[in-house]
Amino acid sequence: MNAAPLLAVEGLTKYFGRAPQLVRAVEDVSFDIAPGEVLGLVGESGSGKSTIGRLILRLIDSTAGAIRFEGQDISQLPERHLKVLRRNAQMIFQDPYASLNPRLRVREIVGEALDAHRIASGTRRTERIGELLETVGLQAAHLSRFPHEFSGGQRQRIGIARALAVEPKLIVADEPVSALDVSVQAQVINLLQDLRQRFGLAMLFISHDLDVVELMCDRIAVLYLGRVMEIGSSDDISKRPRHPYTRALLAASPKADPDAPKIRRMLTGDIPSPMAPPSGCVFRTRCPAATEECARTVPMLRSTGGGHRFACHYDIAYDEEPAAA
Amino acid sequence: MDTPHLLSIKGLEVRFRTEDGEVTPVRGVTLSVAAGETVALVGESGSGKSVTSLATMGLLPRPAGRVSGGQILFRRRSGEVTDLVTLPLPELRKLRGSEIAMIFQEPMTSLNPVLTVGEQIAESVRLHMGIGHGAALRRAEEMLGLVEIPNARDRIHEYPHQMSGGMRQRVMIALAMSCNPALLIADEPTTALDVTIQAQILALIARLQRDLGMGVLFITHNLGVVAEVADRVTVMYAGQVVETGSVKDIFQAPRHPYTSALLNCLPARARHREDGRRVVQSIPGSVEFVKEGCSFAPRCTLAADICRTGAVTLDDETERSVRCLRWREVLA
Repeated sequence: MNAAPLLAVEGLTKYFGRAPQLVRAVEDVSFDIAPGEVLGLVGESGSGKSTIGRLILRLIDSTAGAIRFEGQDISQLPERHLKVLRRNAQMIFQDPYASLNPRLRVREIVGEALDAHRIASGTRRTERIGELLETVGLQAAHLSRFPHEFSGGQRQRIGIARALAVEPKLIVADEPVSALDVSVQAQVINLLQDLRQRFGLAMLFISHDLDVVELMCDRIAVLYLGRVMEIGSSDDISKRPRHPYTRALLAASPKADPDAPKIRRMLTGDIPSPMAPPSGCVFRTRCPAATEECARTVPMLRSTGGGHRFACHYDIAYDEEPAAA
Repeated sequence: MDTPHLLSIKGLEVRFRTEDGEVTPVRGVTLSVAAGETVALVGESGSGKSVTSLATMGLLPRPAGRVSGGQILFRRRSGEVTDLVTLPLPELRKLRGSEIAMIFQEPMTSLNPVLTVGEQIAESVRLHMGIGHGAALRRAEEMLGLVEIPNARDRIHEYPHQMSGGMRQRVMIALAMSCNPALLIADEPTTALDVTIQAQILALIARLQRDLGMGVLFITHNLGVVAEVADRVTVMYAGQVVETGSVKDIFQAPRHPYTSALLNCLPARARHREDGRRVVQSIPGSVEFVKEGCSFAPRCTLAADICRTGAVTLDDETERSVRCLRWREVLA
């Protein structure tokens, strides 16, 4: 995409704690998101995907790297200068039960954002809250209810209404449908698609579910132990993956089709601890094609053209890849 | 039947006392599992699948929960068929862990945190097989090998907290397998695991089942997992079985409108909308327990008046059954 990026992340790094308990949660991650674009972050436990979301919104501070929002590096800005970011970037959380204050009515939950940014007051404020509720498929009549009076799917809608209140340009959605039943998940996915279309929202969509990410996202970044393994268009990642980890991840996701082949390349072993990531390529301890070179040098992301990049010393064709035991 | 199933649940009803009165989360569940077969019990929140599995294992929280109707018939090794509902608790305990084994979603809460994994397996083996301490420990080591835990000899001395989630689930499985059960009840065993680890555990359960000829009742909400593991599938909605069939029947020719709507909710079945965005079919509203008619009627796009008032029963109790008054019309 040629438009100036809405968000550009460069060399983003986050360590928690200190040696010998140092956790390398995010290591040298770069990507950007154009206005209106949805980038998916996928990965398993310890991949750093949620940490990246929180870093971008400055809910936690980075160890190194730049986070440019509309061209301005916000990674080091003091809180009092973050108003523009807070007005333009919002978050939707995974757990619709934990992310809403149980003592506040919907009017207050959604209204807080309007007050904080002095967007609307008086009757205009009430009208605006009603509009927001209708936008997410709830009724203005729900205004004076408490979160416990809603189902899980409805609570997630309240969380979305709260995020939309400031008319943000970017939403960080951290596993927004993972806690929902599949029939309710479908409702929320479709709502998010509607909102993208209607408001031209850009999103960082964090999920462990490849099917959901492929559906929702224009581009996908695959993370493993805090590093980007592969990044490209949704089709590149799901149909033409080049990194052995991406392939393994795709192969391991159960397909809802009893005729799909059951024997597949399976990764052996566990995900290493981010406290002791392997040297060189972090994926090498589980990679069916790893060599000594992989233990020595960290592979850089390299381009295959069209914005598709992957971090592997080799470029292994599918049929050459040895199947793991 | 000439060859009774290993497990045969008939018309199971479970009630719970709550502050707001009595509720009936399971209202007539009929399903069966044969030896060597995997039956997936699938449903969303509130479907009653987990309560069904707890009832089968005799683990309903007492005194709030009780089986208020139906039978849970289990064919023992001796050939005798026992109703687990009426079996006295001490005998049921003896059966659990010897002929019936269970694994759960969160191994950390099912394992004892202050015993090494070897001690836990050995304890269970001693209890159920009546062998000595040394032999039991050797059996524990053998079991860890069976579930493909590397360096079993060293790892029997580890505590659960020293292991990863995937390894703990392997220990749970080793514990479950240690007495050679005829039936394994697996309640969301991979739900808390990462997808690459889930693939390992599913393959492990499938291999053990093949090698040991166990029957498996696999409770899950994940339709991908169902397609992966099941021979037959029982679909639950609002406390009732709505459809049972072979895994191919269910995925390729579902009869109940809920089953087909649920499958169409899967992101993998998304379609392109006019604006180019991809969307999935969704099911409006959420689960309701209705007093009259079909439970799914309030959310069913195909519901007619008769669905809201008529008595809706599971049409038969064979291998292929559906609880819908109109499925023939709807499919036609």
